[in-house]
Amino acid sequence: MSEVHAETVPFVRDTMLPSAAPPARQSGAVLWLRENLFSGPLNILLTLAGLAALWALVSHLWPWFGHAVWNASSIGECRQIIAERYGQGAGGACFAIIRERWNQFIFGFYPAEHYWRPTAVFGLMMFAVAPILFSESRRLRWTVLAVSAVASFAACVALGAPGRALLAVGAGFVALAALIEYAPRRALAFSVLYPFLAVWMLWGGSFWGPVAVLAGFALALAIWRLGARFGAGLLGLALGVAAAVWWWAALGPRVAADLQGLMPLALAPVESRSFGGFLLALTIGVSGIVMSLPLGIILALARQSNLPVVRTLAVMFIEFIRGVPLITLLFVASILLNYFLPPGTNFDIILRVIIMVTLFAAAYMAEVIRGGLAALPRGQYEGADSLGLTYWQAQRLIILPQALKISIPGIVGTFIGVFKDTTLVTFVGLFDPLKQMADTIRATFAWKGAYWEPYIFTGTIFFILCFAMSRYAMYLERRLKTDHR
Amino acid sequence: MAPASGAGQPFRLSMLIHDRHYRALLIQALVFILVMSLAAWLVNNTVQNLARMGKTFDFGFLFNRSGYDIPFSLIPYDSNSTHLRAAMVGLLNTLLVSALGCLFATILGVLAGVLRLSRNWLVAKLMTVYVEVFRNVPLLLWILVILALFTEVMPAPRDYRPAADGAAGAQMILFGTIAPTNRYTAIPAVVAERDPGPVSVLGLQVDAMVVAFAVALLAAWLIHRWLRAWAQYRQDTTGRRPVTWWISLLLFLLPILGLSRLFGIHLVTPELRGFNFAGGLNLDNGFVVLLLALSLYTGAFIAEIVRAGILSVSRGQTEAAAALGLRPRPIMALVVLPQALRVIIPPLISQFLNLTKNSSLAIAVGYPDLRATLGGTTLNQTGREMESMILMMGIYLAISLIVSAAMNLYNSRVRLKER
Repeated sequence: MSEVHAETVPFVRDTMLPSAAPPARQSGAVLWLRENLFSGPLNILLTLAGLAALWALVSHLWPWFGHAVWNASSIGECRQIIAERYGQGAGGACFAIIRERWNQFIFGFYPAEHYWRPTAVFGLMMFAVAPILFSESRRLRWTVLAVSAVASFAACVALGAPGRALLAVGAGFVALAALIEYAPRRALAFSVLYPFLAVWMLWGGSFWGPVAVLAGFALALAIWRLGARFGAGLLGLALGVAAAVWWWAALGPRVAADLQGLMPLALAPVESRSFGGFLLALTIGVSGIVMSLPLGIILALARQSNLPVVRTLAVMFIEFIRGVPLITLLFVASILLNYFLPPGTNFDIILRVIIMVTLFAAAYMAEVIRGGLAALPRGQYEGADSLGLTYWQAQRLIILPQALKISIPGIVGTFIGVFKDTTLVTFVGLFDPLKQMADTIRATFAWKGAYWEPYIFTGTIFFILCFAMSRYAMYLERRLKTDHR
Repeated sequence: MAPASGAGQPFRLSMLIHDRHYRALLIQALVFILVMSLAAWLVNNTVQNLARMGKTFDFGFLFNRSGYDIPFSLIPYDSNSTHLRAAMVGLLNTLLVSALGCLFATILGVLAGVLRLSRNWLVAKLMTVYVEVFRNVPLLLWILVILALFTEVMPAPRDYRPAADGAAGAQMILFGTIAPTNRYTAIPAVVAERDPGPVSVLGLQVDAMVVAFAVALLAAWLIHRWLRAWAQYRQDTTGRRPVTWWISLLLFLLPILGLSRLFGIHLVTPELRGFNFAGGLNLDNGFVVLLLALSLYTGAFIAEIVRAGILSVSRGQTEAAAALGLRPRPIMALVVLPQALRVIIPPLISQFLNLTKNSSLAIAVGYPDLRATLGGTTLNQTGREMESMILMMGIYLAISLIVSAAMNLYNSRVRLKER
């Protein structure tokens, strides 16, 4: 066929023509501009409006940022330097306040000789969370660990940590790195122990105090496991909790004191009032985040439970917390809590605030997770039932993994909210980095009237941390995606 | 597996653990007892503590003279009014800033959300920057920054006057109608020349103009409803829908214009007299700052909600509607919007509630909201922390529960029916 056909055609081209360049208006930058910026009258108008807005912003801010001074000891000196360099009347940023008061923005009134302690705690935190956050990607995990270990160790050295402490921190980093590399499952034990270590290092005092608290948890866990082995999990749980409470109330403190007598191991205690700056924000934020997730899951399950009493109590709690502003809860923590506790009790203001922030976040978390639970097709619940799984087995193996995966954006949104809300502690007199700390620094004569620089600095740090959290949520969503769409 | 329930079997003690029915009862009883004993412990402590401090639990202080002034009030109030009235002033201020904030945030959010999806690269990127920057930084920072902007950068009222040597003073913005100063923001006021005064409706003193406008708008709305029903009827019987939109527009516009004319309502722009602006309305900067910050912050969240809502309607829906022969406007009104709104409205309402609760950050700008009056000055003056806090939290809770209830009603109406 083709041969016959070929004979009838007088001319067949047997070489390719060189391809011609596309018309200039249809390719490259011109095409992109035409399509994305100038495709129609409305679009042109929008582009011009956008450019005008951008120009207004840049032309106002550029000189101010361009004239920035990083090296001065007071705002007056800053203004003098700017006037000398750029002439009288020139405005400019005085970021010297950040450089000069850096330690206060980061640590508040934490004693300077102990600055290495929060720094090491921060480095260790990465070792506690990296195996969980980056369990899939070895490269990512090690990048994060290496950067944070080197940075926090270097910071410890620069902040003048004593030799023994440096040795302990360095050895800890190396040991943990080895543990994560060679026994990744064991490394999770460190993640569980970390909060107690962090509390001890931040607040100081006897090492045996946190150990005694931990022992209470261990006691409860052991009794529960024992009960579960004999088929009485509920009874075991109740007994375990009772035993732990008894331990904490009666025996634990005495044992801790005795151990301290036998093997003295203590850090200089640090008052809660001296916490401030980003140390305070991170302490409250991280504690609130870590504790609100499990509490939120329990509340969400309680709200979806088919036991009417449990459900009603959960609904009441969640709706109450979600119905009032966080600021009123913080006022309750600072003013009213003394009414609710036995006469004479007085416990730490940071602890009170952490409890309130946790309860607040847990209620929101519960609603987010409830959305995830409700979004699961009912077939999943019925499938779990038909397999003969018990309630907790079904939740643990089938329902929660899927429900939590669906709710990741909401959960991380709540985390971000908690972290941003830590700034509200300023209204109960704590030294948050945004208002109270900045006000304190502005109250000194040298930095009177420095408004914008502290705001820009704290705002940038909050932005970086919150933005990183939301990007991580996107990464997690992609990683956990199992459907084929 | 345990038997489903103890039907027909005599009750044994072990069934409390092994029988699902009895175990559920046991767990609930235990939880109930635990929670109740916790509550009893707290109440007992409170009673003891109050007795120890010689305090009583009594809301009677609400009817005492408050003795403090509130600079920003929607209802008549002075220092001789009661604490209850002060709380009312605070509540109304909270509701005012929240309602206006919700309005502005919605406008801003819808605009930003739609523009973020725009084909215009520059505008889409600018809106992305706006949304990300405002969402990822604490609201308190925005409040403080805008406050500093007003107190540090804005000119003093007298700076609007041209200087003696002829140099121009500061310029009013928006075609010379609004003058932001470092103490207040002067905006145009709505003035009625022929105000008929209050009339008595069902024993309540209500402003006659409000009544007139309400009646006119209600009537217009009823006629509009009837008009649409008639148009639908014509369409069903003849297949042609009469054009009614301009009648509806006139229905709403004419009474408003007519009544404004009747009462002589017009705008008075503020002008500088002496060292201050007069004629217009001088808004306290605390209010303006709070309103701006709340609107900008919540607007960023609403933009994301709107964007997600629009994206949630798959393209197939639009295409299918087009394939059925619908024109673009009916496609938007009948296919896309109802589905997008189902996704948008619930989180939108929860943002409104968040905004209302966030308005308690008025503490940072000194705007006299509910927390500043009832939970602030009243609390400090009377020393009644317990009562003030309970009342204040109760009010916030009530607002939130009422809105949630309305929300649930809406949700159950629009929910897709599953098994």
